[in-house]
Amino acid sequence: MIYDQARYTEGDKHEPLLSEKDTTTVEVGGTDSPLPDDLTRDDLTLPGLSEPELARHYTRLSQMNWSIDSGPYPLGSCTMKYNPKFTEDVAADPNAAIHPDRSADSAQGNLGLLYGLQEYLAAIGGMDAVTLQPPAGAAGEFTGILVAKAYHDHHDNDRSEVIIPASAHGTNFATAAMAGYDVVELTADEDGRVDLEALKAAVSEETAALMLTNPNTVGLFERDIVEIAETVHDAGGLLYYDGANLNALLGRGRPGDMGFDIMHYNVHKTFATPHGGGGPGAGPVGVVDDLAAFLPSPRIEKTDDGEFERFEPDHTIGKVHGFSGNWLVLIKAYAYIARLGDDGLADASAKAVLNANYLADQLELAVPYGPFHHEFAATAGDRDAADVAKRMLDFGVHPPTTKWPEMVPEAMLTEPTEIESKRTLDRLAEAFNNAYSDTDEAIETAPSRTTASRIDQVSAARTPRLSWQALDDE
Amino acid sequence: MTQTDGSPFAPHTDAETAAMLESIGVDTEADLFDIPAEVAFDGEFGIESRSEQEIRGELRRLFARNDDLTEFMGRGHYSHYVPSIVDHLSDRAEFLTSYTQYQPEITQGFLQALFEYQSMLVELTGLPVANCSMYDGATALAEAALLADRVRQTSGHRILVPEFLRDGKRSVLENYVDGAGLVVDAYPMDDGNVDREALVDLADEETAMIYAENPTVRGTIEEGLTEIGTIASDTEALFCLGSDLVALSLLQEPASVGADVVVGEADVLGLSTSYGMGLGIFATRDAFLRQVPGRLVGVGEDSDDRRAYTLTLQTREQHIRKERATSNICTNQAWVALRAAMHIASHGPDGLVDLAEDCVRDAAALADRVDRIAGYQAPVHDRHHFREFVVRSDQPADRVATALEAEGFAVHAIADHLLQICITETNAHATDELIAALQEAA
Ligand SMILES: Cc1ncc(COP(=O)(O)O)c(C=O)c1O
Repeated sequence: MIYDQARYTEGDKHEPLLSEKDTTTVEVGGTDSPLPDDLTRDDLTLPGLSEPELARHYTRLSQMNWSIDSGPYPLGSCTMKYNPKFTEDVAADPNAAIHPDRSADSAQGNLGLLYGLQEYLAAIGGMDAVTLQPPAGAAGEFTGILVAKAYHDHHDNDRSEVIIPASAHGTNFATAAMAGYDVVELTADEDGRVDLEALKAAVSEETAALMLTNPNTVGLFERDIVEIAETVHDAGGLLYYDGANLNALLGRGRPGDMGFDIMHYNVHKTFATPHGGGGPGAGPVGVVDDLAAFLPSPRIEKTDDGEFERFEPDHTIGKVHGFSGNWLVLIKAYAYIARLGDDGLADASAKAVLNANYLADQLELAVPYGPFHHEFAATAGDRDAADVAKRMLDFGVHPPTTKWPEMVPEAMLTEPTEIESKRTLDRLAEAFNNAYSDTDEAIETAPSRTTASRIDQVSAARTPRLSWQALDDE
Repeated sequence: MTQTDGSPFAPHTDAETAAMLESIGVDTEADLFDIPAEVAFDGEFGIESRSEQEIRGELRRLFARNDDLTEFMGRGHYSHYVPSIVDHLSDRAEFLTSYTQYQPEITQGFLQALFEYQSMLVELTGLPVANCSMYDGATALAEAALLADRVRQTSGHRILVPEFLRDGKRSVLENYVDGAGLVVDAYPMDDGNVDREALVDLADEETAMIYAENPTVRGTIEEGLTEIGTIASDTEALFCLGSDLVALSLLQEPASVGADVVVGEADVLGLSTSYGMGLGIFATRDAFLRQVPGRLVGVGEDSDDRRAYTLTLQTREQHIRKERATSNICTNQAWVALRAAMHIASHGPDGLVDLAEDCVRDAAALADRVDRIAGYQAPVHDRHHFREFVVRSDQPADRVATALEAEGFAVHAIADHLLQICITETNAHATDELIAALQEAA
């Protein structure tokens, strides 16, 4: 089971850069220019290639890239689901390609889609009001924390701290700091969940919010969620739900029913919109009634006669994106939710959890924390998780997220999602086990069959070369 | 193979599900969930599943409820023709369905494309460091202000922005900088350009950053960039310049006028009108490299001494630096950056310059025609324009905009008697009809 990715194998070859295929300089300005020379640049130097050359360039690059459609991609916390093709066609509808400043009257189609998605997400999360503006999960977090801050300010209740479990995603910490809060880090109990006593000690009249991922980042459900919510609420704080792991709960638990006041949905995870090599995603935010008036503007409402209108929430925080967020992504999320419906959504969760449990069961690696749901953190034990991961690449699978969360030593955070069949999971397990039990030399020198062999990241960072101009200067 | 009911994208047959449950040692899928009964949800969302065909029909009918208008709109979101090759190549599943390049050895293709995108921005801005995307122009501006706050030696906490700034952009900026204790103040404009005398008076040691746009949100080309750069450096404030990829192809190179950071809309290439979806430019000087927000692709070598690409300087980022990260951004707009790079490459430098020159010529020609209609004066500002310009109308602007809408056109009404009109190659064919409709509405 060895997989060869497209690559050059002779000498020091690599796919030439566009600039190595052609570099053309044109003079800018001069007599034919519509502008005086002092308002223009002097020249412009860029590649100038014909369409067939470009088609080959990018096709070659695509062949040097792993994707969900290439094979398993069980990156923990990232929910790498199959992205249904028809959602691309739906999003490409030219009638939906309108300017965001269009009057509400002339944009009923777009407003209708946004309204429909607001409603779907509210139902799925058990929330009362939703904004679709944030362009990714982290932007959703930031929006949610700004809403919390506005709420506290409105009640003349100045608070300075946000509590975050140590196992939380880095964006939670960065978000709280960007919003001007001090971060209070909460260590987990022995079982890997929130330590209720530690939480009780941490909350105070300074607590603006607790940010929680549930199931948490090793897949465990916070069983004490009701007491956690009480503890935070009794202190006057708000409970924030990081929606990265919502795929574990669809149809079986709603953050709103658990006492969460604010949540973001990560639509590129839970609702299968393509990850695009790093984005775009979308991170809508839902809140309970008390907080609805603080959401970003505009939101969309439906009038009694079936028309859609924009409105500004009474105490809105304003805007978190220049316009309306990642519109094309929102269309795809709507289409996915509509395709699955109640039963499909619940089944997606059921199969995601089934797949994670089945896969873990086939592994020779230990999984310290459980019972887990849609993802698990296996430990590579005395082996280096990053090396094991690199070896997996040679077997034609993408490895899990490595070395995070830190509470599991040499963690391999694995999330197969519902899209993998039993046969694929067996193959994935084989790759996992083979890599895990391979020789030190094999894993330390892997991969060898990918486009690039092991990359020296340390020296790449030591002498940053961030453009083809930087290469030319050498 | 027959699939069970439920998600059409979960491939399990009943027999496979049963075998997997047995292997795990439980009876049902429900046994795998550890959710206390008191918070378990056993209700229905009320979302009915539809077939692919039904959804396509449903959304086609829904989007047909948008009026079929020819848009002459801009103000931060533009329509340029995107060649088919961009759709076809960027839609290749190997690009579209991949994610952040945490394993660079197996994702060289996307990394190289992002590296090429960064390089194109370096050429267009003249600045040596460009990241591989921000969400949009507004959040990029906000991140620039936060960078200014981090790198500035003195205690300044003021961000100066033009009086004419899109409301949405200003609001995003204010939301992002509030936590850092920065305040946003506006400086006045003078006939569509920066009022430099007023700016000199306002800029002081409290100023962390001065932001200017070229072109401005009103479409005017800024004539005093070098002086603005000097005002900024005299007060030790950073000079942040907002622009877009097409304008950068023609207008003064930001580095040549002393810009420390360039932000703006990269989505003008690669994405056509998309209800405001964006791609933020972020480029800066070497000195601020370690304070850059977002992802950077660098060149390194693999163990066979071949050139290889990798995400680099990641200790700036949230997954390593947590609350001390330069930004909370994680998922970004990588695929839009891929599309923008493809679009740039498909134009080549001469194509880009031609496109940008047309943005100047066509705006001037259309303003001239509008000006000749009784009841309108255009352009309001006595400047060169790029794509768009402001029109003064004797009639209330709202009324004109509504009348135009009835005739099949969308323009901006930006003040009681001010309209704004934007022209590119995607609506240029309809200018005669627009002129007729304006005449009608005068
Ligand atoms: C647990 C968790 N929270 C937050 C995020 C941030 O989401 P995004 O990358 O969409 O900004 C992620 C994702 O990467 C995550 O895994």
